[in-house]
Amino acid sequence: MTNVQEKLLEVNDLVMYYQTLRGPVKAVDRVSFDLKKGEALGLVGESGCGKTSAMLAILRLLPINARVINGEIVFEGRNLLKIPKKEFNENIRWKKISVIFQGAMNALHPMMPVGEQITEAIMLHEHLNKKEAFERAGKLLDLVGVGASRINRYAHELSGGMKQRCMIAMSLACSPDLVIADEPTTALDVIISAQVLKMIKDLQRKLNISVIVVTHDLSMVAEICEKIAIMYAGKIVENGDIKKVFSEPRHPYTQGLIGAFPSILGSKKILKSIPGSPPDLLDPPSGCRFHPRCPYALEVCRKEEPKFTKIEEDWVVACYLYR
Amino acid sequence: MSENEVIFEARNLKKYFTVKLGFLTALRGRAIFVHAVDDVSFKIGKGEVFGLVGESGCGKTTTGRVAIRLLDPTDGKIFFEGKEITSFSHEEMRKLRRLMQIIFQDPYESLNPRMSVYDIVSEPVHVQELESDEDKITAMVKNSLLQMGLAPPEEFLYRFPHEISGGQRQRVAIARALVTSPGFLVADEPVSMLDASIRVEVSKLMLDLVKNQGISMLYITHDIALARYMCDKIAVMYLGEIVEQSPTETLLMEPLHPYTNALMLAVPVPDPTARRLKVVVKGEVASPIAPPPGCRFHPRCPKAQDICRVQKPEFREIEPGRFVACHFPEGK
Repeated sequence: MTNVQEKLLEVNDLVMYYQTLRGPVKAVDRVSFDLKKGEALGLVGESGCGKTSAMLAILRLLPINARVINGEIVFEGRNLLKIPKKEFNENIRWKKISVIFQGAMNALHPMMPVGEQITEAIMLHEHLNKKEAFERAGKLLDLVGVGASRINRYAHELSGGMKQRCMIAMSLACSPDLVIADEPTTALDVIISAQVLKMIKDLQRKLNISVIVVTHDLSMVAEICEKIAIMYAGKIVENGDIKKVFSEPRHPYTQGLIGAFPSILGSKKILKSIPGSPPDLLDPPSGCRFHPRCPYALEVCRKEEPKFTKIEEDWVVACYLYR
Repeated sequence: MSENEVIFEARNLKKYFTVKLGFLTALRGRAIFVHAVDDVSFKIGKGEVFGLVGESGCGKTTTGRVAIRLLDPTDGKIFFEGKEITSFSHEEMRKLRRLMQIIFQDPYESLNPRMSVYDIVSEPVHVQELESDEDKITAMVKNSLLQMGLAPPEEFLYRFPHEISGGQRQRVAIARALVTSPGFLVADEPVSMLDASIRVEVSKLMLDLVKNQGISMLYITHDIALARYMCDKIAVMYLGEIVEQSPTETLLMEPLHPYTNALMLAVPVPDPTARRLKVVVKGEVASPIAPPPGCRFHPRCPKAQDICRVQKPEFREIEPGRFVACHFPEGK
């Protein structure tokens, strides 16, 4: 990896609410993290914790009832939230930041050959004629192991793993600097999912791109990411180097989550569970949002929101136990 | 757990589904079948948790449904508590189902949205005519909810499925299965729809209940890591067949079948210092309509020889309690 120190993306104090009839849903609340060039970050959390919302905010693909209240998303030195929509569509999304959507099996157009779909993406963003774009689409399909010979296939003629590979080819169509993979292997079988994950990792290294993997699956992040950010109820609770976080998790939620994942390696440990369930984001708990489920909750946790405490270089945790 | 007392047995179970054909094709050719379950045999001892592990489409769910005769087998025999139940009538099965219950995968689909929790959990009691006194039924329902950690049960009785969380829904579905005090339970991916932190809680409760009450369970899952925590024995299925069956830890530590081995190497591990993620098999699962001849795994198997392409390996016991269907088992 080159230029390890260069910051590619910096999210600062991002606040995003969904307006609903019952009031604002505080889906993303003061989320900050950064990503260096060539780095793979795993954004982990349970369903409804705001991880996908945060990614959609970066891509500016939020639904109409979403409001970004505060914060900035700095990408290559520019605040993405301030860039005019037209310019963002033409020059940023897909060209600089692309995405592999969740449930990619259903994200392909059923009535258009896969090659055509990739060609379309290329032609929208780069000044190439159809023939050149089609050629590049073939090369991309070779790169992801689908093979250029399948360029005229329709989605229904391909298996789940092949469709997912086509989606990855499409995300790489305009040589982006950052690829966001939202649950890239859901609905894939164990062996196929291992093939796809391995490919994502190999491509990330080979093309020196940054990747954000959004998932609920800690094991997957442990296999392919260098950094991990754990999100709970709209907030990042811990963020750091993956090996350090896994060996000595600091936040009680991180500890709980890691303790809840079974492993087939090593001796059989006792699985831990976290009592209770995640809060309703219409009316999240005061103070630290994890305090009602936290075994170590202090008086202060109920009243005040914890800020990030630095444990080490590149490792922060939002918890009063480490003040 | 006593090995000798077998509560459930499947013997050479087969389930084929007919594929719908166009009118002209049907006139011309023979019927085409999906070989969903093809010659599957296993025994479950009293109080034992028996895991059925495999990828999607391998026939594990169909096996579970055939086991309690929600689907009728194409061929083969099913024994429950020593009696053959394969040809039981509808009425006989209805009575028997007090003792054999099933938990479905998706609590969002398996609970009727227009019934309250009380109605849902008490329904089996009414169907089985176990009790007619309302007070006693209420006590049974409360007890069942309490066992599943829904406390206080009064708070849940008159709620509807949309008013409770996903984890609570699955607890209600399990409470419904347990209310008739069954001796045999089929659990079809009972926690795969739940979040990690809730999954462990529900799994633990289930395992405690099953162990305390001596219930035998057929636990169907795609997640080997989770099966390790739930099951005493594991059988691995591939394309409608059981390829290997061993006690859980033995299966994990020394897999015999190349498919089990490949599966094990592909499971991600929650430990960044132990990265492995090896892909030792290529390609994808063949079609169950025309499964490959010989060993069904041979087109993907790294160890395949000529004999594997022609001759189907026998499912045999190579050590006490360890069964495998492979011409060249690992390490043997």
